[in-house]
Amino acid sequence: MASDSQAQRLSRPQRLTARLHIRVTSPKTRNLLWGLFFISPWIIGFLAFMVYPILGSLYYSFTNFNVLRFEADWVGLANYREIFTQDRLFRLTLSNTFRYAAMFISIATIMDILAAFLLSLRVKGLSVYRTMLFLPVMTPAVAAAMTWVWILNPKHGLVNGALAMLGIQGPPWLASPRTALFSLVLVAVWASGRAVLIYLAGIQDIPSHLYEAAEIDGANPWHRMRHITLPLLTPVMLFNVVTMLIFSLQEFSGPFIMTGGGPNNSTLLYGVYLYRRAFMDLEMGVASAMAWVLFVVVLLLTLLIFRLSQRWVFYDR
Amino acid sequence: MTLTRGPVRSRQDRTLSAVASHTVLIALSIVFMMPFVWMVSSSLKPNAEIFLMPPRLFPEEWRFANYIESVQAINFFGYLLNTLKYSVVTTIAAVASNAMIAYGFSRVRWPGRDAVFFFVIATMMLPGAVTMIPLFVFFSQLGWVPSLKPLVIPAFFGNAYFIFLLRQFLITLPQELDDAARIDGCSEWGIFTRIVLPLAKPALMSVFLFELLWTWNNFMGPLIYLRDPKTFTLSVGLQMYFTQHGAEWGYLMAAGTLFTLPMIVVFFIGQRQFIEGITLTGIKG
Repeated sequence: MASDSQAQRLSRPQRLTARLHIRVTSPKTRNLLWGLFFISPWIIGFLAFMVYPILGSLYYSFTNFNVLRFEADWVGLANYREIFTQDRLFRLTLSNTFRYAAMFISIATIMDILAAFLLSLRVKGLSVYRTMLFLPVMTPAVAAAMTWVWILNPKHGLVNGALAMLGIQGPPWLASPRTALFSLVLVAVWASGRAVLIYLAGIQDIPSHLYEAAEIDGANPWHRMRHITLPLLTPVMLFNVVTMLIFSLQEFSGPFIMTGGGPNNSTLLYGVYLYRRAFMDLEMGVASAMAWVLFVVVLLLTLLIFRLSQRWVFYDR
Repeated sequence: MTLTRGPVRSRQDRTLSAVASHTVLIALSIVFMMPFVWMVSSSLKPNAEIFLMPPRLFPEEWRFANYIESVQAINFFGYLLNTLKYSVVTTIAAVASNAMIAYGFSRVRWPGRDAVFFFVIATMMLPGAVTMIPLFVFFSQLGWVPSLKPLVIPAFFGNAYFIFLLRQFLITLPQELDDAARIDGCSEWGIFTRIVLPLAKPALMSVFLFELLWTWNNFMGPLIYLRDPKTFTLSVGLQMYFTQHGAEWGYLMAAGTLFTLPMIVVFFIGQRQFIEGITLTGIKG
C-alpha cells in the first residue's frame, strides 16, 4: 500500500519501472513466478496429456468416433446403453476383473506381509532373499509371461511334470476356463515383490522399544505380530491395497500375452477387452465409454476403501 | 530358576524362529527363482529334450546355438536398438523434467503450492485407459504413429509418481542450505543446479533406474504406437514372435533370457537406489 502511494508521486516511466520493480522484487510474487517456472513442464504435460484427453474421451464416449477418417457423430448415450444392456461380454469382463482383483489383493497381501515379516526377523542373508523376491519385478512382462505359459503347459510344463513325478495329475492351469483366471492371479502374486519391500520398510519403521516392552511382558512372536506389527502396519497396508486395486483393475499385459482373454473368455479382463474394442475393432466411442466406466469404478472403490479404512487403519503412533 | 528361565527360553525361541523363517524363506525363494532357472535351462536344450517328460533341470546336450539362431530369427538386435533409443532418451528426459518440477514443489514457497501438489497426487489415480484413446488420436493427427515419439515426448513433462518420489526426498534437505546461498546472491536456478541437484543424486538415481526399468519392460505403449516391425521394441517384437511361433521354446527362452539379463544386472548395480526409491514413496504416503 505504502509503496503504491509512493509510486503515484513519480513520473510515468518512473512509475512504470517502480511498479515493475515492485512486482519483480516482492518476495511473494518472485517466489510464485519461480515456482510456476519450475513446475511449468508439469503444467504443460498436465494440460496436454491429462486434461485434454480426459475431456476428449468423455466427448468421444458420446460419439461413434472413427479413427480411420477422424470423424465423430454425436450418438448421445448409445455407447453407454450398448455396454450396459446389450454387450454380454462387458458384464462378463466386469465380473472377471472384480474376481481377479479380489483374489490378487487378498493373496498378495497375505503373502507379501508374511514374506516381509520373515525378512524383518534379522535373519542372515537378508539381502539375498530380498533380491530373490524382487527379481520378478525386474523381469520384462513379455519374458515373464512367455516363461509362465511354458512352465504351466498342462502336458509338457515344469509344474505338471514335477507333480506327475509325485504321482499327482496337475490341473490344466491356463488351458481351462476353470483354472485360467486363478493361474493369472498366481503369476501376478509372483511379481508383487514391490509391495514386500514397502511392507518391510514399514515393519522396520516400528520403534523397537515397543517390541522390547512386549517381550518383557512375556509376549511370544505371534503376540508381537498380532498386537504390534499388524496394527502399526495398517497405514502401509492401506497404501498397498489402494495401489494394487488401481493396478489390478487395469491389468493388461499378463492376460493379453498369456491367454489373450481365453479360454472361452474366462480371462477376458477389462483392460484386455477395452484394448480389443479400441484398437482391434476400432470402436473408439464404445471404448471411451468403457474407459469412463472404469474411471468411475476405480474412483468409487478407492473412496470406499478410504471410508472403510477409518475402522481398521491405526494412525496414532 | 525363574530368573534364568526367561532368557534361556527366548534364546531357544530365537533359534527356533530363525530355523522356521529360513525354511519358509528358502521355500519361497525356490518358488520365486524357479521361472528364471527354467527359462535358462530351456534356452540351452535342443528341441528333442525340451518336451522330455519327466522334466530335467540340466540339459544332456548343451545347445548354445539356440542363442545365435534365436537372435537371428527374432531380429533381436534391431529391436534392441529401438529399445535402447526409447530407454535412453526417455530416461534422461524423465530425470531432468521431474527434478525441476519436484524442486518447484519442495524448495520454493509459493501460494497454492500444496493445493497444486495434491492435484499432482490425485492424477496418479486416473486409469491410463481414460487418456489412452484421445492421446492415440492426437498423436496420429500429428503424424507420430508409428514412431517412438508418442512414447518419448511425454517424458519431458514429468510424471506424478516421480514428482512425488523426488519431492519426498527434497523436503528432507535442510532449508538453511538454500537460505545461505540466497544471502550469497545465488539465484533460484543456481540453487537448483549447484546446491540441490548434487545433493539429490541418490533420489535422481532412483528415478533413472525406475524409468529405465519401465521403458525396457513397457509393453502396452509400444504395442499401441509401434505398428511397424521396423520400430518394434524388444517387448512387442518378442511378443509378436511368440504369437507366431509359440512352440519354439528353445528360441523363445533364449531371447527371453537375453531380454531379462540387462535388467538383472542393472538391479544388482543399483539395488540400494531401487529399494530406497520404493520405500520413499511407500512409507510416507
